[in-house]
Amino acid sequence: MSQRFSSLSVRMILVTLALTLLLLAVMVIGLTMGSSSSGLEAVRTILFKDGAGDAMQEAIIWRIRLPRVLLAALVGAALSLGGLVFQALLKNPLAEPYILGISGGAAIGAIIGIMLGLSRIPGVGITAFLGSLATLLLIIVISSGRTVLVKDALLLSGVMVNAFCSAVIMFLLSITQDSRLHNIIFWLMGDLSASMIQHVGMLAAILLPCFIVIFIHSNRMNLLLLGSDMAASMGVHVRLVTLVLLVTTSLMISVTVSQCGLIGFVGLVIPHLLRLIIGPDHRVLVPACIFGGGAYMVVCDLLARVLPAQGEMPGGVITAMIGAPLFIILLRRSKQ
Amino acid sequence: MAIRVNKLSYAYRRTPVLHDLTFEVARGECFIVLGPNGSGKTTLIKTLANLLPVSGGDIFFRDRPLKRYSRGDLARRVAYVAQAGIDDSPFSVKEMVIMGRTPYLGVLGVEGRTDLEFARQAIEYTGLSRLSNRRMNSLSGGERQRAHIARAICQQPQLILLDEPTAALDLAHQIRIMDLMATLIKDQGITVVMVSHDINLAAMYADRLLLIVDGRVAACGPPAQVIDEQTLARAYGCHILVDRSPAGPWPRVNLVPKEGSRT
Repeated sequence: MSQRFSSLSVRMILVTLALTLLLLAVMVIGLTMGSSSSGLEAVRTILFKDGAGDAMQEAIIWRIRLPRVLLAALVGAALSLGGLVFQALLKNPLAEPYILGISGGAAIGAIIGIMLGLSRIPGVGITAFLGSLATLLLIIVISSGRTVLVKDALLLSGVMVNAFCSAVIMFLLSITQDSRLHNIIFWLMGDLSASMIQHVGMLAAILLPCFIVIFIHSNRMNLLLLGSDMAASMGVHVRLVTLVLLVTTSLMISVTVSQCGLIGFVGLVIPHLLRLIIGPDHRVLVPACIFGGGAYMVVCDLLARVLPAQGEMPGGVITAMIGAPLFIILLRRSKQ
Repeated sequence: MAIRVNKLSYAYRRTPVLHDLTFEVARGECFIVLGPNGSGKTTLIKTLANLLPVSGGDIFFRDRPLKRYSRGDLARRVAYVAQAGIDDSPFSVKEMVIMGRTPYLGVLGVEGRTDLEFARQAIEYTGLSRLSNRRMNSLSGGERQRAHIARAICQQPQLILLDEPTAALDLAHQIRIMDLMATLIKDQGITVVMVSHDINLAAMYADRLLLIVDGRVAACGPPAQVIDEQTLARAYGCHILVDRSPAGPWPRVNLVPKEGSRT
């Protein structure tokens, strides 16, 4: 049995490596496909040999597809990880930033930011972060009788907060000038199209440190799953760790939302799927969610680009169409 | 002394739960806390585990105030086994047991060979070798409790605190858990402090008993002294007869039905 014990680092490396390869593969496919298809060979030439390819194609790949694919990967990673953290902290496999209304709160903040005419990053990012923190606080206050994190109460208050956020978003939209409306609605539904490489870079600069902070806390998340008293008796500073994880995750979700709107259920689908395959150890799950979630979002975005006969649809549509039924299945299973 | 508690008080919000508790626990002792429901037993064991902030008085662990230990220092000396509940954690027995090594490991808790050996031994010691790959949530109450004790053993503590480890277990599992704790004291010199609601079981295994009622010390001493008809009648508010256990030199309590209800 010591065989399986000591395999932790091996498992971490193998899983991470496999999912990284998967991510790279779907990213390459993402670069080749779109309204005008470019062959694999063409993509390779353009990416690795400067000025050797067709200028038009080159512009499409460098300016449009590459930022978009990178953005999708980052966003998928952040959303999956957000779901994983919330599920661990709330000990509830149905918890997810979107379902709990954290994303909704960030969206309200972001819309206010857009209405005020702030730039996407950092302006809208900051208002979105404030919005998500406000909803997080609201959910915790509503659901806390005594302990901070009561299981069902928290999920239920999250659902209500989410409903309230949707109403506020609708209200804000209805008082917005017509010219901005289309933009906001498209963004809100999870739009990855209007991404510039600078935005992607700034997003990465915020998200990557968040990923690291969460990875450092991955073993503590394991202990928290045993219960906060158990974790505390094994030396975990429960309140501090919970606070750090909640704030880091909120920040991660907010900047993601402010960049590409409400993309739901990624944080539900990916952690659940990965847990089934590689088990409950967060030290493996955290890197797996980063790379696996990235790959999933790249694929979803690809579907959103390819499926419609004309134009494209927001990526959030695809993730919701896959995720919402899964949520119902999980809910039914957990009631049994 | 393993533990010295001096005028300990604890209040939940404004409601006092523990009042001026004073007692000591010697090293290598099996010390069992008894008391009626709601008397503050669980609260007491949690304050001893430093899981609740005391509102008055002091707790000393090995002559040093509990508050002066860092989280890690305390986790390497004191292990806590909570009341058995529904365990919905997704880990297997060995994954859970090896988490007891956390206080000795780095931030990611990557285990080395010695840690694996500790976990293997603890699992063997508690008789769980055949179940080590099973998930915690698929075990019976007694097996789960033993797994948590194995995890506590992995922490290499000087003191183990247990909250009703035999509650809701059948007779064979009750004896098995108590025997396990007794051998642990004998083999490794660990101090055990445990909350129980089973007076007869406590009388058999405890070196000393602490009876608390409404958060106050009602009696403290060896079983022969605490298990007294008048003391228990006052504490529990029912008629109790005490005789000698046919199993050995321990007092035994017998409940007496209300007069006329069984004639």
